[in-house]
Amino acid sequence: MSDATNAAKPTPLPVKDAGPREFLVSSPPHLASGATTRRIMFEVVVALLPLLAAAIYFYRLPALILTVLCVAGALLAEVIGNAMRGCSQSSLGDGSAIVTGMILAFSLPAAMATGVTWYMAFLGGLVAVGLGKAVFGGIGNNLFNPAMVGRAFLMICFPAVMAAWVPTVPMKAELKEAGVDAVTTATPLYQAAKVSEYVSKANADPAKSEEFMAKANEVREQMPGLWRLAYGNVGGCLGETSALLALICGLWLVIRGVADWRQPLALLIVVVVFALLSHWISPERFQGPLYHLTSGALMFGAFFIATDYIGAPVNPWGRLVFGAGVGLLVMLIRVFGTYPEGFMFAILIMNALTPIIERLTTPTPFGGHVAAK
Amino acid sequence: MIDVLMERLKGLKSFQRGIHPPHRKKYSESAPIELFTPTADLLIPMSQHIGPPCQLAIKPRDEVTYGQKIADNEHPISAPIHATLAGKTGMTAITLLPGPGGRRCDAIPLKPAEENALPEGFLAEFLDRNWGTVEPTSYEPDEIVQKIRTGGLVGMGGATFPTYFKLKRNPERPVDTVVLNGAECEPYLTADHRLMLECPEAIVCGLQLAMHAAGAQRAIIAIEENKPDAIEAMKKAAAGKPGVEVQVCATKYPMGGERQLIPAVLGRAVPSAPAGLPLDVGVVVVNVSTAHGIARAVVKDQPFTHRVVTVTGLGVQKPGNFLTPIGTKFSDLIENAAGGVTAEAVKVLAGGPMMGPTVPNLGVPVIKGVGGITVMIDTETAHWQEGACIRCGRCIDNCPLYLSPTKIAHSIKHRDYDLANEFDMLACCECGCCSFMCPAQIPLAQYIRAGKNQWRIIQAQRKAAAGS
Repeated sequence: MSDATNAAKPTPLPVKDAGPREFLVSSPPHLASGATTRRIMFEVVVALLPLLAAAIYFYRLPALILTVLCVAGALLAEVIGNAMRGCSQSSLGDGSAIVTGMILAFSLPAAMATGVTWYMAFLGGLVAVGLGKAVFGGIGNNLFNPAMVGRAFLMICFPAVMAAWVPTVPMKAELKEAGVDAVTTATPLYQAAKVSEYVSKANADPAKSEEFMAKANEVREQMPGLWRLAYGNVGGCLGETSALLALICGLWLVIRGVADWRQPLALLIVVVVFALLSHWISPERFQGPLYHLTSGALMFGAFFIATDYIGAPVNPWGRLVFGAGVGLLVMLIRVFGTYPEGFMFAILIMNALTPIIERLTTPTPFGGHVAAK
Repeated sequence: MIDVLMERLKGLKSFQRGIHPPHRKKYSESAPIELFTPTADLLIPMSQHIGPPCQLAIKPRDEVTYGQKIADNEHPISAPIHATLAGKTGMTAITLLPGPGGRRCDAIPLKPAEENALPEGFLAEFLDRNWGTVEPTSYEPDEIVQKIRTGGLVGMGGATFPTYFKLKRNPERPVDTVVLNGAECEPYLTADHRLMLECPEAIVCGLQLAMHAAGAQRAIIAIEENKPDAIEAMKKAAAGKPGVEVQVCATKYPMGGERQLIPAVLGRAVPSAPAGLPLDVGVVVVNVSTAHGIARAVVKDQPFTHRVVTVTGLGVQKPGNFLTPIGTKFSDLIENAAGGVTAEAVKVLAGGPMMGPTVPNLGVPVIKGVGGITVMIDTETAHWQEGACIRCGRCIDNCPLYLSPTKIAHSIKHRDYDLANEFDMLACCECGCCSFMCPAQIPLAQYIRAGKNQWRIIQAQRKAAAGS
């Protein structure tokens, strides 16, 4: 054994005597920045950890179980995908499946991990990486954001579970003090959608106007305040809780150069402008920009989902367009759609548009395009 | 983004994008220029410039004197080659060139004479600092250009474009500014830095001669801020010279590329390669070593026989800057000047680590474009293991020419050269920022280099097919 290892070691070449010494031949450059796919994914995981901690704080053990199940499903799909494609399992180490699993978990309700529905999370992870990535040829080749593919699958298969929002643990304690034993709660965006619905009904039917307005006001009273939204003590997916923390972790990723600033910036600007306009047109019906920014998956999605490299354009302008498109679609779905939150749809639609965006935003070289001969 | 802001705040001249590789100049930056006297035979290649190779102007196996012209070509894009030492030439041989692609060409061996191979006091003359009395305007522009051509000068930054051709006045494309390239952005290399420190007066004189020849009113000496002593020396030497100013540039790669340097100091965008040239925006860029050569060629009628070569890297025992005759074999220079190659050395580069091509062995000669020899050990080189592109956009965000390296490289990978060309493959300056940054470790610059070569072949085939 030891002889074999010794033989495998390259013997140092003689320096001066015996023929010209041979050196490695390779194409420049001979230096690299040290950035690797693995390190990038690792940094995303690190940025997600505070959010995971917050989710565990709000939902306790189910949040952790959910995350573990999603990551396990994603990793299993990666293994199966690699085996089926006949390539090495080295891609397990790059961490992309872990990131996908975590992002998927952060877009699921915590209640999924309690009771018999736990397998759904695992299935979601499996589908996310299996159908979202592996079938396209693994990392770098997928068209759609794998985590969002997994979530779409769960949304279609298990709509009831996907809409079962439980109050956070601190919320439960508060409710108990008030003498209410709540099993489910409404998400802030659901409440906003309800308000919008009642107000529009009131406007449409003058006879029942007062009745609907009263209903709208009732919901409005239950809506959380801005600080509560930003702090995250509201019902929703794991990643929909603390907008403030998502913003901080996201900014850290941007500063580290892992996430591009372009998608979040364009997205947030479009959301703010859209919300300002709609709120200005009908302040009773539509919420203001701060409510939109701090509720739902917006902050988390802007920094962690919209900045996903593979489904978004690579061109600088393309990324701005992508971010703006996601922002616009999110707001259209929130304000006019039947779903209270539309981040998943917005991302998937923009993923589908990515090739055409990329084609239309090919950068012009610094000295202009190469002149045709 | 943050570093661009810092550059602005510090008032440094810079260009958009680009990268910050480690400098690693400390190995050799404090070593004064030493004259190297070869102990082995020289091998002088006939192709040391861009353009057709020279033809031998002497008979083989002939005695030559120092500085005698031994080869030339009538083609306008060429530069004569001189005997870099007195001695006896041998029969023509074939040598590998220390350049990209492993090109081979004819070369003539030269056995240095036992005595007086080099004029007495050559180093002192080379580093002479008494240039105050020279009046550049006392020379006719044509005379300067002619002397530069006779002196065999080519761009010593590595491009090896015949210098006289750049400076020749062209009424259709007037030159208003000459930029002196003292950026030396390539990591490890310090030859230009040492030359600016040890004989700035000659460089400024050469710059003024270049200005006068090209008809430019203004000259900008551009130096990266990581060489404060050189900035000081050049400022002193340029003081009181009409139209000459020193500008401090950010330390950023590839600051020394002309398509980056011109926007940095003048804010002008050079039209894309291959058709666009700095001349299109009224600028000529001259390297500091070339400017030094211009001064010596014009004022002292000294041909281009020696250049300062940095021998550096962890793979050599004693890094330094050596005034080396053209044609000296790498082995001779490394063994006898830099203390030899260490046992751990794995790569020998003709140039720095960002753009320097490797040589397979030390039998290759130093040619006019080689400003440094970097010998790297295993731990200081990058180890590439190509993965899948994750579309992170780092190559695009850092490309100083605003290209899309990943798109070009993947088009080439799929052998769609027309598509690669749609993404402006030919505009690429091969600086290697994309490969440096790529987290998937895709050798983007290598793909693009290969694609450009293939494109030339395809164009020739198409032309032939169209003609037949």
